[in-house]
Amino acid sequence: MITLHWVYALAGAIFAAFAILGVADKSNKRARRTAAFWALLALSMWAGDALGDLGNGVLVLGLVGLAASGLGRGGGVVPDAVRQERAGRLGNGLFAIALVIPVTALVGTLLFKEMPGWIDGKQATLIALALGVLIALLVGCLWLRASPVVPLQQGRRLMDQVGWAAILPQMLASLGAVFALAGVGDAVGGLVSQAIPQGSLLGAVIAYGLGMALFTIVMGNAFAAFPVMTAAIGVPLLIRTYHGDPAIVCAIGMLAGFCGTLLTPMAANFNLVPAALLELKDKHGVIRQQVGTALPLLVVNIALIYWLAFP
Amino acid sequence: MWVLLGIAVIVAGFVLRFNPLLVILASALVTGIAAGLDPLVLLAAFGKAFNEARYVSIIWIVLPVVGLLEAFGLQERARGLIGRMRGATVGRFLTGYLLVRQGLAAVGLTSVAGHAQTVRPLVAPIAEAAAERQSGGLDDAEREKVKAMTAATDNVGLFFGEDIFLAIGSILLIKGLLEQYGILLEPLQLSVWAIPTAIAAFLIHGFRLRRLDRRLNRAERP
Repeated sequence: MITLHWVYALAGAIFAAFAILGVADKSNKRARRTAAFWALLALSMWAGDALGDLGNGVLVLGLVGLAASGLGRGGGVVPDAVRQERAGRLGNGLFAIALVIPVTALVGTLLFKEMPGWIDGKQATLIALALGVLIALLVGCLWLRASPVVPLQQGRRLMDQVGWAAILPQMLASLGAVFALAGVGDAVGGLVSQAIPQGSLLGAVIAYGLGMALFTIVMGNAFAAFPVMTAAIGVPLLIRTYHGDPAIVCAIGMLAGFCGTLLTPMAANFNLVPAALLELKDKHGVIRQQVGTALPLLVVNIALIYWLAFP
Repeated sequence: MWVLLGIAVIVAGFVLRFNPLLVILASALVTGIAAGLDPLVLLAAFGKAFNEARYVSIIWIVLPVVGLLEAFGLQERARGLIGRMRGATVGRFLTGYLLVRQGLAAVGLTSVAGHAQTVRPLVAPIAEAAAERQSGGLDDAEREKVKAMTAATDNVGLFFGEDIFLAIGSILLIKGLLEQYGILLEPLQLSVWAIPTAIAAFLIHGFRLRRLDRRLNRAERP
């Protein structure tokens, strides 16, 4: 059966290729250190399960040590004039190849769930995504008559642009696990439940919505904030004391948390990674653009809970 | 209460702009020590979580495809395509993308689009080309703003579409948590209440995209 481990094997191979091409890249002054970083990531993808928990911890120390000492960025940009000439010659078929990945992910997600013996249905989208990448590479290299080294070399260049931010989301997810182990959520819940104004429904609703957003900003993830805020305010006050509709309180409360996700560098995969990927000079540029949507929407969410959940 | 020191470390680290990876490790260390965990146990716990979260970093496998297409002129092609469409503006284009992204997420197809899959190779170059044409040339600040707005639009579309789907993680989390308090709900009862916010998100972000259009159009006139 095809499982997520096949995708890990592919990802390991691609990171290993980035490392090998990176070592040979003379335009990168820190070529060895940068290559070592991608090589460790390849090791994690390939052998993470065999390393043991402590082994993975040491691997993380290695990754962070390399990142903190400063990674370099390699070159390899194709000159403007060459790209212009190719674009004129090749036409809109380039878009067709770019669409192969989302279309394969779409079709695969729907189709793979019907093939339980062959493919792990729970991971259908990620497996379909990997398949889409392979199809796009194959069709692209054949049609463009490019050697397979070209996509790997260009991918390595883009990966160097992203740099250590590539593992930031994975690191934050791991920190979340340590927070859970240490009981951080319960401590925050204790603080919050002492801080709510007594006897005011509107005050309690605002405390819940705002608390969801603020705690999400700190933790980077509404999933971490939700159980804490719901235990501290949602269930005891809004649902039990004021008899709010639990479905409305919780569903919209979660979305108030999502407004917080738009505002925090802790949600790295949504907010910092795209800034690196789009080569923005301001790494908080995406968050800056989101403020104008997140704040009014947070107010709307708090108002919706107040109006809809308490008839 | 001492475990909250870890949060203080994170906030201080981000504000002082230390390397975020170091800040995360420092926060984990402080939190673990405050909770009385042995440092080796802590390192193992962190390593275990890191290994289990590997799927988060799988997305980088799309970069070779993006790199190949860009080397063969995808961004230049996007500029050519948008140049021939008369009424295309960055605001209208991104509003359309927002609607598609919300719609796909609402039927559970969250990973079909995203920053690496669609924003970098397709959406951002088209948005940039449209903005360039309607304003008659972008300065650096405007170019950054348009690119950042593209990523922001993808996030807004995803966040305020996905909860309409029954089987998404957050809906299942709500259902599971409420069950612990003896409140039994069907996922559908929860997910319908994501619709009002989804509409509000579309209206608010769509309004901001219209304003972006107006600002860029005004810049065109001398």
